[in-house]
Amino acid sequence: MIAYLARRLVYMVITLLAVSVVSFVIVQSAPGDFAEIYAARKAAAGAIISQAEIENLRKQLGLDQPLLVQYWRWLSNIVLHNDWGMSWEWKRPVGEVIWERMPLTLAIAFSTLVFMYAISIPVGIYSAVRRYSFGDHAVSLIGYLGLATPNFLLALVLMYLAQKYFGQSVGGLFSPQYQNAPWSWARFADMLAHLAVPVIVLGMAGTAFLIRAMRAAVLDELDKMYVLSAKASGLSPLKLLVRYPVRMALNPIASTLGWRLTYVISGAPIVSFVLALPDTGPLFLQSLLNQDMQLAGALIFIYCALTIIGTLVSDLLLVALDPRIRLE
Amino acid sequence: MALLDSIGLRRSGKKALRRPDLATQWTLMWWKFRQHRLAMVGMALLGMFGLCVLFAEPISPYAPFQRDTKYVAGAPMMPHFIDTEGNFHLRPFVYGRKAERDLVTLRMKSTVDTSQIWEIEFFVHGAPYRLLGLIPMDIHLFGTREGFIHLFGTDFTGLDLFSRTIHASRASLSVAFVGVVISFLLGAAIGGAAGYFGGQLDNIVMRVIEFIRSVPTLPLWLALAAALPRDWGPLPTYLAVTIILSLLGWTWLARTVRSKLLATRHEDFVLAARLSGCSDFRIIRRHLLPSFLSYLIVDTSIAFPEILLAETSLSFLGLGLREPVESWGVLLYAAQSIRSVDQAPWLMIPGIFVIVAVLAFNFVGDGLRDAADPYSR
Repeated sequence: MIAYLARRLVYMVITLLAVSVVSFVIVQSAPGDFAEIYAARKAAAGAIISQAEIENLRKQLGLDQPLLVQYWRWLSNIVLHNDWGMSWEWKRPVGEVIWERMPLTLAIAFSTLVFMYAISIPVGIYSAVRRYSFGDHAVSLIGYLGLATPNFLLALVLMYLAQKYFGQSVGGLFSPQYQNAPWSWARFADMLAHLAVPVIVLGMAGTAFLIRAMRAAVLDELDKMYVLSAKASGLSPLKLLVRYPVRMALNPIASTLGWRLTYVISGAPIVSFVLALPDTGPLFLQSLLNQDMQLAGALIFIYCALTIIGTLVSDLLLVALDPRIRLE
Repeated sequence: MALLDSIGLRRSGKKALRRPDLATQWTLMWWKFRQHRLAMVGMALLGMFGLCVLFAEPISPYAPFQRDTKYVAGAPMMPHFIDTEGNFHLRPFVYGRKAERDLVTLRMKSTVDTSQIWEIEFFVHGAPYRLLGLIPMDIHLFGTREGFIHLFGTDFTGLDLFSRTIHASRASLSVAFVGVVISFLLGAAIGGAAGYFGGQLDNIVMRVIEFIRSVPTLPLWLALAAALPRDWGPLPTYLAVTIILSLLGWTWLARTVRSKLLATRHEDFVLAARLSGCSDFRIIRRHLLPSFLSYLIVDTSIAFPEILLAETSLSFLGLGLREPVESWGVLLYAAQSIRSVDQAPWLMIPGIFVIVAVLAFNFVGDGLRDAADPYSR
């Protein structure tokens, strides 16, 4: 176990390094370097900046150094000093801007994962046990639609319907009357109602996928001999189902947790953008549209790091849950 | 008759006599595929999209950038057969529209005028175009002699949404198609090299694939697309977006190619080919690839909707294709804010085309997966 853990940690550090290189490339992909953009912005504001001053700034920031040195500087600042650089759009340190919005992103991602598994496992079992019933067909129809609908379109349609038929504002995190209200149970309930839409939208495709996988896994188990023998020895159908085939079928489903997490983190920015949630999603897309690459690169780094660490944690959990997984 | 025999299909009377023992692998697959009803539906839908791509101009009543100033932000117009008095018309018609000023918002608004009947005519003369880019023509599948017809309504500048949606199928499907071809080549080349040569190369390729799979790809591609210079023309942007999207789909293919190659490279027929002096490249191309081509086609059909959805998302956010290139995602860009969706919900109609196209590909993919192994029951 210790050896396995150590190897996984080494792999994780290597992957994180690779991700940091990619993020640094994105930071670098902005047109012009930091000093030039700074000069251009100042010039646009009316201030005159000489070429010598630009050179000076460049030297100060280490932009005249080779790329490798710049990369090292960027990375060590992040790791050692939690310094992520400056954002042009916000005129504030990138780290500050990101961390005040990160908790909401994490809350949405986590609730979406819980939602996906909470829905797909029972529905998948039902579909498998009642194969080819009306319910099974209905579920697979919704599943097909769920896989085919772009997230942002589903978000738009839900927002439109909610506005039209319930007169409820769906965008943002609070209804207007609670926007600046102090915390209360009503405000909390209002927030939960607003969080339901992004969670459903984000979880839709993943849930559809998991239902299919769960259905197939349970169907595989139902045909096996041990089910027949358990049935023959007089176990009640429900007890039998829950105790044996479902438990067996859960393992392959649970083992894709890491991929589901990657998927959720991947889709979250667009959904938050459409729903105007105050989390990192709109921040990320705005920074891309404005080519504010310091911020965009930092966010990419954090998104990737989140999925990599999350995948490791979920794999370790699975090893703890299922001793049959080989620690090779 | 001998020819029909040789492909295992001999028609006696109306009933086809199937001879599985004589059928080739591909014939068996076709039989299996045909049994999958949803897959056949998918094929039919794809055929219709194909017609839209080829004949966008004659199918749509207007040119994609033809403004109708009399019907701005107008709602979809439904064709009718029965009028308000209950009379049946053999020729479908739409009701006329009157422009009025809304007394509250002071905006121009059109209302339905049931006293006016605009008949829909078929094969009418309209805006000139070149059929397939070659033959000059001006015949449109349908249109009206008096008034106008906007089946899906118009946008805020008075452009006909139906015509634009039909035209947009070109960019959407061609980006997906080219993207799939590029990722197919990438996957086959990289996976092929990894699987055939094995060893250190295989190890590196597998690590790279694992790395790409473990990071959230959509933000990464968004960032790449955002880094494209804004002053590029439509064509370079189109090409660049296509290439960025094709970097998305190749990992699955590469994995399939690699695992199949690993499984087959020690077979006797490979040894025989090598002993007769075939080069590595020839062995891969002539002996190994054909043996699992069907699995590759399945994986390609899975990559297709993925790329289509990614392009739609990118363009919807304004980071992918841009006007004057039109794709479904570019059209949906107009529906980005809740305000415009609230005023003109029909702007979301191109999204239905995206969903139907993805569904069709998924259905065909399911059918292909069943057919790829025609010997299983």
